[in-house]
Amino acid sequence: MNKEFIKVLQEGKVGIIQFNRPKALHALNRQMVDEIVGQLKSFDQDDRIRVILLMGDERAFAAGADIDEMMDDTPLTLEFLDPFAIWDEISNVKKPTIAAVNGFALGGGFELALHCDLIIGAENAQFGFPEVKLGVMPGAGGTQFLTKAMGRRKALEWIWLGEPMSAQEALHYGVINRIVAPELVEEEAMRLANQLAEQAPISLRLIKEAVYAAEDQPVREGKKLERKNFYLSFASHDQKEGMQAFKEKRLPSFKGV
Amino acid sequence: MEFQTIRYEVNDKVATITLNRPSAYNAMTEAMNKEITTALKVAGKDSSVRCVEVTGEGKAFCSGQDLVDVEESTNHADFLRERYHPMIRAMKQTPKPIIAAINGTAAGAGMSLALAADFRMMKSQAKLVSAFMNVGLVPDSGFMYLLPRIIGYSKALEVATLGKPITGEEALEMGLISELVEPSDWEEKRKTFASQLAALPTKSFSLIKRYMLDSMNHDISTFLEQEAHAQRIAGMSDDHQEGLTAFAEKRKARFSGS
Repeated sequence: MNKEFIKVLQEGKVGIIQFNRPKALHALNRQMVDEIVGQLKSFDQDDRIRVILLMGDERAFAAGADIDEMMDDTPLTLEFLDPFAIWDEISNVKKPTIAAVNGFALGGGFELALHCDLIIGAENAQFGFPEVKLGVMPGAGGTQFLTKAMGRRKALEWIWLGEPMSAQEALHYGVINRIVAPELVEEEAMRLANQLAEQAPISLRLIKEAVYAAEDQPVREGKKLERKNFYLSFASHDQKEGMQAFKEKRLPSFKGV
Repeated sequence: MEFQTIRYEVNDKVATITLNRPSAYNAMTEAMNKEITTALKVAGKDSSVRCVEVTGEGKAFCSGQDLVDVEESTNHADFLRERYHPMIRAMKQTPKPIIAAINGTAAGAGMSLALAADFRMMKSQAKLVSAFMNVGLVPDSGFMYLLPRIIGYSKALEVATLGKPITGEEALEMGLISELVEPSDWEEKRKTFASQLAALPTKSFSLIKRYMLDSMNHDISTFLEQEAHAQRIAGMSDDHQEGLTAFAEKRKARFSGS
């Protein structure tokens, strides 16, 4: 299942994509992004997988984009290739995605983490958008996701200055979910993933759709979608199992149907 | 490793950083700040090193910032950000016990450096002097953060503002140092203390160092979660296994530090 720049693993109901370009601190080139997106889609269709975990190694999640690859680009080569368009497909993934960040998540690496639903960061992880220092700017969703996460003023400050954000600051502004010891990033991310993998999968995907709608739609529209999704959950076996188990004072066993 | 303003030596698991500008009472210069920071990083990465000792050559431990470098136009904030903050952070981030072996007067930023160490031992005639107020400045390089955490706010405020030199006996009394040593016993006591620390399970030590001081900034729920992480990490260490085995075999544990 492994590809050139990623390793693909499965542990229980968790599908794991581990970046594998260690010499470049997992800097993202276009093929690597293609491989990641391809694997996300494949896990999303795989009935054995309930949660998807993305991770680097102990030194870096992913330290930016491959600069060499874009050195000679022109506006028109970029327009025709549209290398960032494929990132939209990450947002179409319906299963929960978790980024486990040790070390650096910079530039494209930070954008990739921000595309995930949840982010676990090591105490000494560093997040940031250094693009401004290269005379460019984030291009794969960075300005949008960071602004949604921390608000306009703080997002401008970080993206303008291009300085690394500590895990503590990222947590403070709601950019990441949890901080853990660097030695335990993978273990704690797996603990969270396994916890999610036991929840009712249909609930999780309907909740994900509704929560993202809250960011993009007026509340009135969002509430409509929410209640439709609530009604839809009653089509599932897991809704019957969940409510029955509650009545019988036992733990439910969710099947994802 | 070649240094100009310090000496760096490793003997029997102990790295010694000796501030080496005795003619200026080991006053700190930009080069010295940087060399101390570098030496701490080297010691942190060297797996043969399990304890770090900071001391001074000659009569003084460190007389603080060399005032020759401070001019009317000096921007003191930039001065700290560029020179002292990386050094103080490196003291905190070094995952090994650091002893300040205070062989003589530690004044100003020299006292701050001693406060940033994990342990302090002091030669009996040495003195600690918060000299900052004497020149109309505030104590810096982490001094105001560390001192109240070490000895409590009330005493820390006195030390920071009244500028009275602290003798070894006073320092011992207020819990600021671990050991007060007569000059004749200095070399031997230094060695004993350093080798005692070098024999500890270093990974456990580094976790205590990582979480205990900062616990004062967190609520108990946040801290308890950190404690669970720390114990999980310690629980996976070789030294924990050695500790269990030694207990079962009714012998003293021999910790490897990993």
